[in-house]
Formats: sequence, structure tokens, C-alpha cells
Amino acid sequence: MSFFFVSEPDRRLIPASGLRGPVPLLIAIMTFVMVVVAAAGLALANTASVVRGGVESRYSIQIADGAAKAPAVLAAARAATGVSRAEQVPPAELRLTLERWLGPVGAEADLPIPVIIDVDLKPGADVRVVSSAISRTAPNAAFVAHRSSLAPLLKALNGLTILAFGLVLLIAMASAAAIILAARGALDTHRATIEVMHGIGATDGQVARLFLRQIASEALLGGLAGAAVAGTILGLILGGAGFATSLAGAPPLQWKDAVLLALLPVAVALLATVVARSALVRALRERL
Amino acid sequence: MLVPWQGGPRRATAWMRGREQRLAGTIVEFDRVGLRYGTGAEVLRDLDFRLNEGGFYFLTGPSGAGKTSLLKLLYLAQRPTRGRMSVFGDELAHAPREALPLYRRRIGVVFQDFRLIRHLSAFDNVALPLRIAGHGEAEVEGPVREMLAWVGLADRASARPPTLSGGEQQRVAIARAVIARPELLIADEPTGNVDAAMAQRILHLLTAMNRLGTTVIVATHDLGLIAATPGAQLIRLENGALVDPTGALRNPPGRPAEQGA
Ligand SMILES: Nc1ncnc2c1ncn2[C@@H]1O[C@H](COP(=O)(O)OP(=O)(O)O)[C@@H](O)[C@H]1O
Ligand SMILES: [Mg+2]
Repeated sequence: MSFFFVSEPDRRLIPASGLRGPVPLLIAIMTFVMVVVAAAGLALANTASVVRGGVESRYSIQIADGAAKAPAVLAAARAATGVSRAEQVPPAELRLTLERWLGPVGAEADLPIPVIIDVDLKPGADVRVVSSAISRTAPNAAFVAHRSSLAPLLKALNGLTILAFGLVLLIAMASAAAIILAARGALDTHRATIEVMHGIGATDGQVARLFLRQIASEALLGGLAGAAVAGTILGLILGGAGFATSLAGAPPLQWKDAVLLALLPVAVALLATVVARSALVRALRERL
Repeated sequence: MLVPWQGGPRRATAWMRGREQRLAGTIVEFDRVGLRYGTGAEVLRDLDFRLNEGGFYFLTGPSGAGKTSLLKLLYLAQRPTRGRMSVFGDELAHAPREALPLYRRRIGVVFQDFRLIRHLSAFDNVALPLRIAGHGEAEVEGPVREMLAWVGLADRASARPPTLSGGEQQRVAIARAVIARPELLIADEPTGNVDAAMAQRILHLLTAMNRLGTTVIVATHDLGLIAATPGAQLIRLENGALVDPTGALRNPPGRPAEQGA
């Protein structure tokens, strides 16, 4: 495509605004917000997937009054086909959790502490086989998937992820609208030049190309600047990634996410160019 | 035979040659053409006329008669609202918009208000039609220098229009209008803003182009100009209608330029 090739004399036709116009700043701000929101969206998506991965195969056996039955159930669970690991949650730990919720009362020994056994299944294991093996040993034991208790959290994470990507789309649309206004403004500013060019036999494509090169380079510059600032700030925030990693079990943003974010300003510049071209050609078509 | 500009070349230069032989024929034909702006009354009514290839025409009439409007139709800046209009043998009243640029490149226009691009040098202004037509810089430099010399502005090539006098701007406008060797040259009151001596010089440029085969149509009130151009034909507009009692415009007699030559 010879689209971006504009010769030196042609460049003189439409003097560059010298990046003093509002377009680069606007694009920079839009791209900044876009990158930050997209990073948040990706981090949420990653967190959700880490959480989902961690609980996907995790179940727990709860026996309300079964301190005596615990060893037998534990043995049955370990023996069941498809179980990779079964471990009783130490009563001290449960009591600590209770205390956190109930205060000092929780620490009092006469409060019945249920037996909880965490069970991890091998991939592809049949849950029903395991659950029936356990209920044969302890009929009143509850066999619960962690997934179902974490469902509200996962749902919220997914919702927030979708919201973040929706926001990115909205910002992209707002940027496109701003580009359309800027393109029309540029045509107005250079109305006299365009009239002369049309009169001499220039096609809409020839006229549009003069503006496009400028809009595209301004959008790319603004986009890169905005993304650079966003990247720096994100880097500083996630710099102590150890903390975030310890929370979620994995870094909230991975390399592939960083590449995706780095491509955003390029995508913004491309979007700006495509939108500007159609806006320019449409505006030019209104004249004879 | 070419009337040289002071200091200009003494004979037809390379870019001008090759246009001297053309068959006489009709280059423009209007058939009951009408024009109205928006919802107003018709400013041009029932225009019926032909222009011969190679002819020299003066378009006269009182101010407001519709001269500029008629020229706008000719240089395809305006579509007729009624009737048929053929230019270079093609019906253009309803031609698709995308077809028009190629026709416009065959027409040179000297606008009443020059319409030079203020931030471009005289050189770049004159070069514009060649560049728009897609000529590379190698094909631009020589002809533009030659053209600027022809209109006597060789030493003002890098000047911007606002720093040029009215007469100089007019000559840049003429150079731009003829640089791409148009088949039809249209000038709207080209001597309206210059003194009598400059008017004579400008007329010389236009007649020189005509001798090389370009059809020329000039809107003017200037009777002196008309008197100084034997062989030119008059088209008179009044109130948006042609004054053509003899029907000579509808069925023109031969090639007018030859009669005076
Ligand atoms: N763009 C326009 N919109 C509306 N009316 C116009 C426009 N241009 C010219 N007119 C009207 O058309 C008539 C002819 O104008 P014009 O062609 O400029 O005449 P002339 O060049 O002979 O002085 C005038 O009444 C003028 O007011
Ligand atoms: Mg006029």
C-alpha cells in the first residue's frame, strides 16, 4: 500500500501542526487509560484462572461430629481411586479460623470443631466413585467441591474482567469519535487548499492521504507516549510483584500480557488511521 | 509567433510543442442547461451553445448575469440542475463524482481571486497540477522553471503569493492553469485586478495558448480586451440567458481562431 507514502512537496501542501494540536495529547491520555484498564482486566482474568485452577480439583470432606471417624475416613479417601492427596486440616488451624471470625469465644474448647479433610483429585478422576467410597465409611459426611463455594468469587472476578474489557472498547470508541472530529477539523482548516486541489483534478484519495500520514503519525506518537507512562506506572505498582504473586500464586501479569499491552498503542494508531480515512473520504464526498 | 514575455523564450518551448495540430470539432456542448443554487431561482436558463475546439471566446454580460456560474459549470465545480452538458465529447451533467478529477485535469482555470495556495512558493503552486497528475519530480522541475520564465517570474520562483503583486499573482495563476497543457483554458475576469498594461500582457499569454491549440474562454467586461483580440467570438449573457439572436452560438461557423489568424 502506497498509502503512507507522501512526497516531500506533497507534505508542504498541508503544513504539519507540529504536534501542538490536541490530537496527540488526547490519544496519549486515551491510550494511557486504555493500557491501565486493560492491565487490570488481564490481571483479574489471570487471578480468576489461578483461583479456578487451584480449586478445580479440590474437595473437602466435612464431618460435623466425627473426630473419632476421622482416621477411617482419611484412610478410605486415600485408598479411593482418583485421589492424589487427602489431608486432614489440623484442628488448631480450624480453631484459629474460628477465632478470627468469632473472637476469643472461638478459642473455647467446648465448641464442637468439625473434621475437615482436604482432598485433591487426579485429573479426570470420577468424583462419584470417591464420594461413594467416603459415604460407605461415614454416611453423614459431606463431600463438597471447593468450586461451588468459590463460585460467587469467580463470578465476580469474571464480571470485573468483562467490565474492564468493555471499558477498553468504550475508550477505543471515544478515541475513534475524537479522531473523526479532528479529521473534520483538519479538513475545515485546510478548506481553501483542498478546494484548489479538487479544482485541479485531485481525487479524494490524494487529498485524504495528505492528512492521513499526519494523523497516523500523531496517533502513533500519542499512543506510544501514553502507553509508556502507563507501563512505567504499572511497573512501579507491580514492581513488588512478590506480594501479588504470593496472594494469587502467580504473577498477576505475564509476559504475553505485557506484549498484548505493548501492542495496544499500535492498535490505537491503526484504528485512528482507518477511522480517519473513512471520515475524511466521507467528508470529502459531500463536496463536488 | 509566440508573443514572448520580456526575457522569456523567443519561441514555443518543448512542453508547448505537439499541440499545434488539432482537428476542429466541438469541445463543449450545452443543451438547454439550467442552474439554480439551492432552492433559489434559476441563475442560468436554457443555455444552448457549442464551443469549437481551438476557439477563443469572450463571455460578457453585466455583473450578476451568471458568467462565473457558467464557468463553474465548465470547470466542473458545479453541476447543472437541468439539461445536458457534454465536455470533451462526454456527457458530464450526471457523470459520477469519481469520474470528474480526470476531466478536471484536462481543464485549466484562472480564478477571479487567483486561489493560489498561500503557504506554497510560486514554484510549488505552478507545479501542483503536474504533481496531482502523478508526474515525478524529474518531470516537474524543468517545465515549471520554463513556465515561470514564460510568464516573466523566473526570479520569483520561491516567493509566496502574499509577497507578490496582484499582476504577479495573476501570472502565477495563469502559469498554474496552463502547466499541464489543458485542452480547455477558462479565465474568470483575469484582468479585473490589474492595470491596462498588465491586462495586455495577460491577454498575450492567453492568445499564445490559444495559438497552440488550446480552447480559451475568458469572462470579462473589458471592451478593450475584446477589441484587441480579433477572431475571438463573443458569448453574451444577460439575466442568466444567452443573447444569441443569429443562432451562431448554437451552430458556430467553422473554427473562429483561424479567421483572425
Ligand atoms: N454560490 C451561490 N449561491 C447562491 N447564489 C449564487 C451563488 N453564486 C452566484 N449566485 C447568484 O447567481 C447569480 C449570477 O452570479 P455570477 O455567476 O457570479 O454572475 P457574474 O459572474 O456574471 O457576475 C447572481 O444573482 C448571484 O447572486
Ligand atoms: Mg463573476
